[in-house]
Amino acid sequence: MSREVMEYDVIIVGGGPSGLSTAIKLKQLNPDINVCLLEKASEIGAHILSGNVFETRALDELFPNWKELNAPVKTKVNKEKFLFLGKSKSLSWPTWLLPKVQHNHNNFIISLANLCRWLAEQAEALGVEIFPGFPASEVLYNEDGSVKGIATQDMGIDKEGNKKDSFESGMELHAKITVFAEGCRGHLGKQLIKKFELDKGKDTQQYGIGFKEIWEIKEEKHEEGLVMHTAGWPMDKNTYGGSFVYHAENKQVFLGYVIGLDYKNPHLSPFDEFQRFKTHPSIKPILEGGKRISYGARALIEGGLQSLPQMYMPGALLVGCDAGTLNMPKIKGSHTAMKSGMIAAETIVDNLKENKSLSSYEERFKKSWVYEELYAARNVKPSFSWGLILGIIFTGIDQILFRGKLPFTLKHKHADHEALKPANQMPKIDYPKPDNIITFDKTSSVYLTGTNHADNQPVHLQLKDKDLPIKYTLEKFDEPAQRYCPVGVYEVQKEQDEEKFVINSQNCIHCKTCDIKEPSQNITWVTPEGGGGPKYGNM
Amino acid sequence: MKILVAVKRVIDYNVQVRVKEDGTGVVTDNVKMSTNPPDDNAIEEAVKIKESGKAKEIVAVTVGEEKAQETVRKALAVGADRGIHVKIDGIIEPLAVSKILRKIVDKEKPDLVFMGKQAIDDDCNQTGQMLGALLNWPQATFASKIEVKENSLEVTREVDEGLETIEVNTPAIITCDLRLNEPRYASLPNIMKAKKKPIEQINASDLGVDTNSRIQVIKVEEPPKRKAGIKVANVEELVQKLKNEAKVI
Repeated sequence: MSREVMEYDVIIVGGGPSGLSTAIKLKQLNPDINVCLLEKASEIGAHILSGNVFETRALDELFPNWKELNAPVKTKVNKEKFLFLGKSKSLSWPTWLLPKVQHNHNNFIISLANLCRWLAEQAEALGVEIFPGFPASEVLYNEDGSVKGIATQDMGIDKEGNKKDSFESGMELHAKITVFAEGCRGHLGKQLIKKFELDKGKDTQQYGIGFKEIWEIKEEKHEEGLVMHTAGWPMDKNTYGGSFVYHAENKQVFLGYVIGLDYKNPHLSPFDEFQRFKTHPSIKPILEGGKRISYGARALIEGGLQSLPQMYMPGALLVGCDAGTLNMPKIKGSHTAMKSGMIAAETIVDNLKENKSLSSYEERFKKSWVYEELYAARNVKPSFSWGLILGIIFTGIDQILFRGKLPFTLKHKHADHEALKPANQMPKIDYPKPDNIITFDKTSSVYLTGTNHADNQPVHLQLKDKDLPIKYTLEKFDEPAQRYCPVGVYEVQKEQDEEKFVINSQNCIHCKTCDIKEPSQNITWVTPEGGGGPKYGNM
Repeated sequence: MKILVAVKRVIDYNVQVRVKEDGTGVVTDNVKMSTNPPDDNAIEEAVKIKESGKAKEIVAVTVGEEKAQETVRKALAVGADRGIHVKIDGIIEPLAVSKILRKIVDKEKPDLVFMGKQAIDDDCNQTGQMLGALLNWPQATFASKIEVKENSLEVTREVDEGLETIEVNTPAIITCDLRLNEPRYASLPNIMKAKKKPIEQINASDLGVDTNSRIQVIKVEEPPKRKAGIKVANVEELVQKLKNEAKVI
């Protein structure tokens, strides 16, 4: 079947901070380059979820006048707290004893989704063509094996793969350079890393799952500009995780929890850990009398420099967390993602003008402050594989005394999907029932994400072996998909004494956790019909 | 034949609508907006009629704030030829919208006016009917099937008792039901072409229409939360509880 073809100089896949910054920088450097940006969400920002305490370094470089341009970066951090939580007590850690990278007094509490919407407006004003609602579903290759572009998803296909009346064929978009900016665990990025062996000689990638809720709280409890982080309870000392509580504008609090996906106990439910966290005596009072208005979750990259793949290949570049530029100890990835996109744009402009090799992307990257940051941060996450206490002690030495300049690099030894121990060897966890005031179940939470996928379309969560969940994963790991999925897409149902694995794909919020954590890598996340997925507001 | 299609920008149907804390309305900041779903059916039907050769031009019109233009742009991407945006800020009631639409009809002289049967935000289900009255045109509401004839339309209507088929002479107003058709997707090239199609912008204040509110909103509040159910042991207990506690039988 021949598809319609459109040609561009540069195609960017993904409208997050890295993709939008690439597009903007390209146009700033050369307005004549034609740039097309595709986004799978129904509008820019609708699939963006992030804390977010924002460091403006990359934005300062991209738009020195961002304040005059009325960027939605308004709430300056004015107070910081760090708490170690015990089950019912908490210990406040003096902020001067925190590594410098965790100081936030020059940063802002923002909604990254709103920043992306603003960046998209700037990009469009510069002439970037932005198309929300069009997922790139396939990489196209030239005969010489280089990346030729992408194809968008066909629309209007039914569950059985037949064309509906509304069928609309996908298109081929060809470009001189294609930039992949899909964010953590991009489904095309994953294929490219494999095909071009971009991760050769690198450590295995590490991930986490991050939850976020937005609460509107009582005025007297709201301290605009306050940033608080916690470690400890409800995580056990061998599980990597922590919380954030950011007091944003309009009496809102951005509250969230991040758990390393290298957790070992298949009975652990990241969603329930987050819900339980909110019941802690130092957290609950903040929320009491308030109202939860948003919920969402998204996987994030934690591997850092050791796991960062080669970011260029013939005809294409990886930017932001499609490669993995998040700075873990800083708990920030937006500024590094943006900068990686800006460096990519500089590389592309030179490539188009002087036919310079795309490999110069890596050289530029190594000379940039992003690399410097990631280098200094590299040993923090792996040290936590020794447990919380040793991790903290090591991180103190590494970050405070040596500022990340210790002369060795710790390795990530295992992929996250290999970390689970058999269910019968690990303790079951008894999670409290939701009270529907502070804590909630998955059903009412999904509702707040606004997620939807047009019904009667092929299931976009594909099983390589459809019998494996019941025959193997259920028996050995008590099918952890029931618990790691933040919206209850996966269920094991009993029908007349026979167990059945059910995939409620319409609830999917595109977090990619299943694609990462499934112990046999049996689940593959592919793009659903355009416009599907969550409808996040100011996440 | 010329078809005028009215479209409205509303909160996306997937979004959970939240009431403002002060009870004056609902929150629309940072909320995903879309075209009112049955308006998509109205556009689709107009495009189908044009494709069958029975209509020459489709004009999409919207009434609302600056961003309401997006809905016109979407209509242009699926087949409307040009657009009109009547600019007015704030909440505007069905009577004012119908008066504005009458002015547009006077100017454009369409043979048919299509719109959704109602908007999913206020659920008023009035604009089409009021416009029919103002123009003194026949109206066919809740259309689930439309057949174009020489100087009339045969319209099947979704009514409570089932289906009702009526014939209306043109010019006429048709309000469309969700069952009328399956709206198509806008393709990438068509979205690009739509960016170049003209949208005429008119200020509502220039139309000489009274757009003042006739309705005073006293309070907007969320529906009461459903209470948890209970399990009854047997039918007797159920009947007894329905009778004595719920007092419904």
